[in-house]
Amino acid sequence: MSEATALDLTARQIDPSQMKVSDEVAIQITQMNKWYGTFHVLRDINMTVNRGERIVICGPSGSGKSTLIRCINRLEEHQQGQIIVDGTELTSDLKNIDKVRSEVGMVFQHFNLFPHLTILENLTLAPIWVRKTPKKEAEEVAMHYLRKVKIPEQANKYPGQLSGGQQQRVAIARSLCMKPRIMLFDEPTSALDPEMIKEVLDTMIELAEEGMTMLCVTHEMGFAQAVANRVIFMDQGQIVEQNNPKEFFNNPQSDRTKLFLSQILGH
Amino acid sequence: MNTSTSTFVRTEMLPEQAPPLTEAGAVKWVRENLFSSILNGILTVLGIVVVAYLVIGIAPWLSRSVWNAGSLSECRQIIADRWGEGVTGACWAVIRERWPQYLFGFYPSHLYWRPVLAFVLLCVAVAPVLFDRLPRKMLWFSLIYPAVGFWLLWGGSVWVPVMAVAGFAIGYAAVKVVQPVAGTILATIAAVLAPVLWWLFLAGPAADALQSILPIALQGVRSREFGGFILAFTIGFTGIAFSLPLGVMLALGRQSDMFIVNKLSVGFIEFIRGVPLITLLFTASLLLNYFLPPGTDFDIILRVIIMVVLFAAAYIAEVVRGGLAALPRGQYEAADALGLDYWKAQRLIIMPQALKISIPGIVSTFIGLFKDTTLVVFVGLLDPLKGITDAVRASTDWKGIYWEPYIFVGAIFFLFCFGMSRYSMYLESKLKTDHR
Repeated sequence: MSEATALDLTARQIDPSQMKVSDEVAIQITQMNKWYGTFHVLRDINMTVNRGERIVICGPSGSGKSTLIRCINRLEEHQQGQIIVDGTELTSDLKNIDKVRSEVGMVFQHFNLFPHLTILENLTLAPIWVRKTPKKEAEEVAMHYLRKVKIPEQANKYPGQLSGGQQQRVAIARSLCMKPRIMLFDEPTSALDPEMIKEVLDTMIELAEEGMTMLCVTHEMGFAQAVANRVIFMDQGQIVEQNNPKEFFNNPQSDRTKLFLSQILGH
Repeated sequence: MNTSTSTFVRTEMLPEQAPPLTEAGAVKWVRENLFSSILNGILTVLGIVVVAYLVIGIAPWLSRSVWNAGSLSECRQIIADRWGEGVTGACWAVIRERWPQYLFGFYPSHLYWRPVLAFVLLCVAVAPVLFDRLPRKMLWFSLIYPAVGFWLLWGGSVWVPVMAVAGFAIGYAAVKVVQPVAGTILATIAAVLAPVLWWLFLAGPAADALQSILPIALQGVRSREFGGFILAFTIGFTGIAFSLPLGVMLALGRQSDMFIVNKLSVGFIEFIRGVPLITLLFTASLLLNYFLPPGTDFDIILRVIIMVVLFAAAYIAEVVRGGLAALPRGQYEAADALGLDYWKAQRLIIMPQALKISIPGIVSTFIGLFKDTTLVVFVGLLDPLKGITDAVRASTDWKGIYWEPYIFVGAIFFLFCFGMSRYSMYLESKLKTDHR
C-alpha cells in the first residue's frame, strides 16, 4: 500500500455516500478546450458539479488536472466552450472574474501565503479589501477559522515561522475567510512532509463534513476513499473515467485507469 | 574503547569545559581575522603601513586648523605665528566666513529664514515616511509639503502651489466620476488627462484670479539666486520623492500585457538609461528653449528637476523590475484567487515585497541622484561643490585656497549619503519577515 492510503483516515467513520449532495448546480463546464500555444492541454471537458459534491481529480502529471481547476477561477484562460460558476459565466469580463474569484476559494500546492504579512493579516486582507468588512469583524472571523484549523496561537507570527503543514492550514483558513461556496485544492499536500499531510487532510475532511463543495486535485487516495463522492481520472487533457470511489478503486473500467491505479497503489 | 563496533550506552554526561586559550578572546580574534594565513598576515601589515602613512601625512595638517580669519593670507599668517614659518595647516575659516553662501548661494540674506523653515518642515514631512512608529496622520502633512516647500523657497502668490495641488484633487475627482460610468481603464486615462489639462491651461489663470481677489504672497525669489546646499537639497529631495513613484509605474508598465504601455515604458527606460545625465541637463537648459514658444518662462530649476526625475526613474524602474522578477508567480496567483483586482494586488501584495527586495538598489540610485545634483553646475546653476567653491576662490580674500572647501562639501555629501545607506540597512532588517 502507498503512504497515502496507509494514512488512517477511514478511522473517522464517515461514509461519503451519507453526506448530502443537493441538486443545485455549482459548476457547469461544457465542451471546454484549452491550448498552451499549440499544445492542446484540455480537450472537450464536460463536467457538472452539484453543490455539496466532493470531487477528487487524479491522473498522471501533465494530464491537465491542475489546469482544469485553475480554469474554474480563471487563473488560466480557456479558449473554447463554457464555464459557469455559481451562475456566472467566465468570460474576459473582469467584473465576472472578480465575482467568481471572491466566491471560489483556492488552496495551492506551495501555500502562497504572503510572507510580508502576519498570519492574521493574511487572513483579513481579502475580507477587508474585497468584501469591505470592517477590520474588527474581519479579525474575529479570521480567529474563528484559525481556531478551526487549530492554530489560533500562531495569529501574530509570520508565515516563515510556521511549518509546512501549519502554513497550508493557514492557507485553507485564508480562503475560508472569504466565505467561499466552492473550494478548489491544487495538490494541497504534495509539498508536505508525510507527517504533516494528515493534519491538512483532517482539516479538509472537516470541511467536507460541513457540506462544502470541493474539487481536489490530489494523489491522496485515502482521502478520496474517505470523503469523495466522485473520482475523476484524467489523462492527456481529457476525462478518461469518473465514478464513485468504491467502483473507481475496486472496479476500474479503462485500461489507462487500471495502469495508473496499479502504479500508485501497488508497490 | 571503540564505540562504533560494540554496543554502547552512556551512563554519565560529560561536563562542559572551558575552551583552550586559542579559542577565546582577543587572541582568537586576531588570529582569525588578521593573521589566519601568511598572505593575510602580509596584507594586514601592508594595510597598517598604508593607514599609518596617510595619518602621518594628514594629521599634522589637520591639527593645525584655523577657524577664525578674514582671508587666506591672514589665515596663513596665523598658522605661521602659531606653529612657525613654513608649516602648512587647514584654513577652515573659509567655511566659517562663507557659510551662508555655501548654504544659500545668492538667496537674499534677509529671507534666509524661509529656506531654514522649509528644511525644518521637510524633516517633519519626511519623518513619518521613514519611521512608521510616528502617528500616521502626519502623512497628510507629508503629502502637502511639496506645495508648502515650494512656496517658502520661491515665494510669490500662495495660489500657485494651491492650484497645483488642486490638480491632484481634480484627478481624484475624475476617477470617482468616470470609474462607475466607463470602467477602470478610462478612469485611469481621465486621472492623468484631467490634471494635466488643468495645469496647462486653467491653473495659471485661476491662481491669478484668486490672487486678485485675495492677495497673499511672499517676496519672490528667482531660481538663478538659488545656490549651494539649498539647491542640492531642493533638486535632490524633489528628485527622490518623484522618481520613486514614476519608477514604480514604469516598472509596472514594462511588465504590462498592454502592448502600447509596454513598448512606451521599454522605449523610455532604454532611451534615458542610454543617455548621459549631462546631455539631459543640456537639453533642459538649452534645447527646450527652441521648442517652447518664445517668451515662455519655464523655470530652470524645474526643468533640471524634471530631467533628474526622469533619469533616476528609469534606473529605479529597472531596479524594481528586478524585485518584481524575484517574486514567485504564486504570489500573483494567490492575490488573484482571493479576488483582489490588479491595483489592490500590486499595492498590498506585490509592491511591498518587490520594493523590499529592491531597497539596496533603490537607495543606491537615490544616493547617485543626490550626488549628481552637483552636475547642475554645467547648466549655470551654483552647486555647492564647484559653483560656490569657484565663486569663493574667485574672491580676492580666498584666492588660492584649495583643499578645505572641497573637503567640507565632500563631508556634507558623505554625511547625507551615509545616512541614506544606514537607513536602508535599518529598513531591510526591520522588514525582514521571511525568517530564512
